[in-house]
Amino acid sequence: MKYPSLALAAALSALAGGAAQAQTEVTVLRVAVNDEQQAYLEQIAEAFEAQNEGVTVSFEYVANEAYKSRLPTLLQSDARPDVFYSWGGQTVVEQVEAGFLQPIDALLPEGFADTIPEAGLQAYMVEDQLYGLPQYATEVVFWTNTALTDQAGVDIEAIESWDDFLAAVQQLKDAGVTPIVAGGQDKWPLHFYWSYLALREGGPSVITDAMAGETGGFENEAFIAAGREFQRLTELEPFQPGYIATTYETASGMFADGAGAFHLMGDWDYLPMRERSTSGEGLPDDQLAILSFPAVTDPVAPGGEAATLGGINGWAVSNSAEPEAVEFLAFMMNAENQREAGRQELFIPIAEGTADEMENPFYIEVAEHIAASSFHQIFLDQFLGASVGATINDISADLAQGVMTPEDAAAQVQEAWDFR
Amino acid sequence: MTHAADPRLSARARLRRALSNGRVTAVLILLPPALILFTLFVMLPLGESAWFSFFNWNGYGAPEDFVGLDNYERILGHSVFHTAAGNTLKIVAISLVVQMPLALFLALLIYRKTPTNALFRLVFFLPYILAEVAAGLIWSFVFDGNYGVTASIAQGLGFENVFILSDPDWAFAAIMTVIVWKYFGFHMMIYIAALQSVPEDQIEAARIEGARRTQVVRYVQIPHIRPAIAVSAFFAIIGALQVFDVIIPLTNGGPSNQTHTIVTYLYTFGLTRLNIGFGSAVGVILFVGAVTVAIFYQRIFMKRTEA
Repeated sequence: MKYPSLALAAALSALAGGAAQAQTEVTVLRVAVNDEQQAYLEQIAEAFEAQNEGVTVSFEYVANEAYKSRLPTLLQSDARPDVFYSWGGQTVVEQVEAGFLQPIDALLPEGFADTIPEAGLQAYMVEDQLYGLPQYATEVVFWTNTALTDQAGVDIEAIESWDDFLAAVQQLKDAGVTPIVAGGQDKWPLHFYWSYLALREGGPSVITDAMAGETGGFENEAFIAAGREFQRLTELEPFQPGYIATTYETASGMFADGAGAFHLMGDWDYLPMRERSTSGEGLPDDQLAILSFPAVTDPVAPGGEAATLGGINGWAVSNSAEPEAVEFLAFMMNAENQREAGRQELFIPIAEGTADEMENPFYIEVAEHIAASSFHQIFLDQFLGASVGATINDISADLAQGVMTPEDAAAQVQEAWDFR
Repeated sequence: MTHAADPRLSARARLRRALSNGRVTAVLILLPPALILFTLFVMLPLGESAWFSFFNWNGYGAPEDFVGLDNYERILGHSVFHTAAGNTLKIVAISLVVQMPLALFLALLIYRKTPTNALFRLVFFLPYILAEVAAGLIWSFVFDGNYGVTASIAQGLGFENVFILSDPDWAFAAIMTVIVWKYFGFHMMIYIAALQSVPEDQIEAARIEGARRTQVVRYVQIPHIRPAIAVSAFFAIIGALQVFDVIIPLTNGGPSNQTHTIVTYLYTFGLTRLNIGFGSAVGVILFVGAVTVAIFYQRIFMKRTEA
């Protein structure tokens, strides 16, 4: 009897010891990024592993579209990642409702959430509980080729209202310059127009009100006015010929090649557009400017002029993640790492006061915009979930081509929202 | 041979005989792999998607929101689905009316075994070997109104640049051109194989009787290869129902959702929008359509040609 109990004790202690030293693996799934960003993330993972013995962090990268379609299946399998890339908004709500995420408030270091602006946290909150963290914010702006606007005698400093902008478009056309390049085949670049106009027309709460079914939902006058104003632009035929069969990547390269004066796109396009240009160099910085989306005169509801549209991208934590996963997330998002990302100009860090080492004038400008924004609306095609989002992309393309009325467009979005 | 099924033999005797001549063993060994694979990867997913099609489900968690036939109702009332179904029928028609005659014509020109013919065969067959997505991308460059071949032609003729793929009226015609280009080689190969097996003496006999080339084709060769034509038409129809990967790189279903087929419709409105229930319902409709076509086609055409 003595020996077996000894053996049992040995086995138990071995087990316990094993557990103490067992490797905890934190798996992180991210939409594919460029080499610099990947190196940045791997470096953070290594630093974390060095500080936390027994924890390994492994990143996996999946291409953008594949990521979106694979994630729901992955989350239901045993191979679900602990931490995964997210655009926040309705998708997070749906994931929480399905029970795939875990609240992380209690697992974060004391006071950590205070370092991140409230608007950023909101994107990962469902019913006052935090399910992830934002990493960076992006803003959609009119990238402007000042060589072309100068050539046509357009002073972009003077563009304040939508009417000013339309006049500038006409002036560019008259001067024989393509006013705007757009990647219409992908549709989402066109949805920026409708979204921004809806924000400007309906004020900062226009989307959340519509989601709550208030004031006519998505058939509210502001959305119809947005469609109408968008069509005032498209009736001028402002885009490059064949824009509806042009992809975002092509359009971005065309803008960098000087094929048009404006390109409504996120700040993230700064480096990629150069890589996509014919020369590989793109436009020099002194021919490039940023123009905020202009305000509308006489909006349906006030307050929309200072709102911004963009992304609040970050990370969500799945229900099966160990506490170490949240520790890693907090580590990845600490001030030092955020500042480093800003210094390397990988993205504009969201944590307060960490964007101070950026030198790129465009990133600094965008960071100032976002900081000064009265409300930062996440891209509607992400914010409202896959189905309603795709509908908004569809109606934006149809409005641009003049094959749909603003009223029908608003009704289709409402229908998609009702049946989501 | 007949005594295996002799009713006078007792069941036991039959079983013993079957065991001893190895039939049961053969069935026991050979059937399970196919049966299991078919059940796991064909029947089960089919059943599942039929089940999902009754739910409004975004793919997260288990389907819970039972909506009955709502998905089917929405699909049948959706104008884009009507366009997609119409486009699919257009592809069937173009395959039967343009692609197959073209393939037959070329097959008749090059079916004899000579070195030059072998070269032509290879050239005509090349598009078929090419991956669909690659073909779509290549053609999207051809149709590009700024830099593509179309642009050069338009400029050469002094026209304004044309953007075929962004024109709702012409985009689908462009897609059908690519489909004909992509698949005629496959049908041509079927015909070539069949034409080579037409007895040479019959053709010679017809010639001696004074038949012209067209008459030889009309009365000797085509009747001989009718089974091959029936098979190729069957492939053309089933293939047309499945067109997907050529369209995605060319137009992605646009402009204004005018160039969807049923499959790209399923993908766009079901998968990318995470309306898994809705997409499943489209899948069920497509499946029923394909099976109906297959059964009727087998019953009507394949039988007659065999007889």
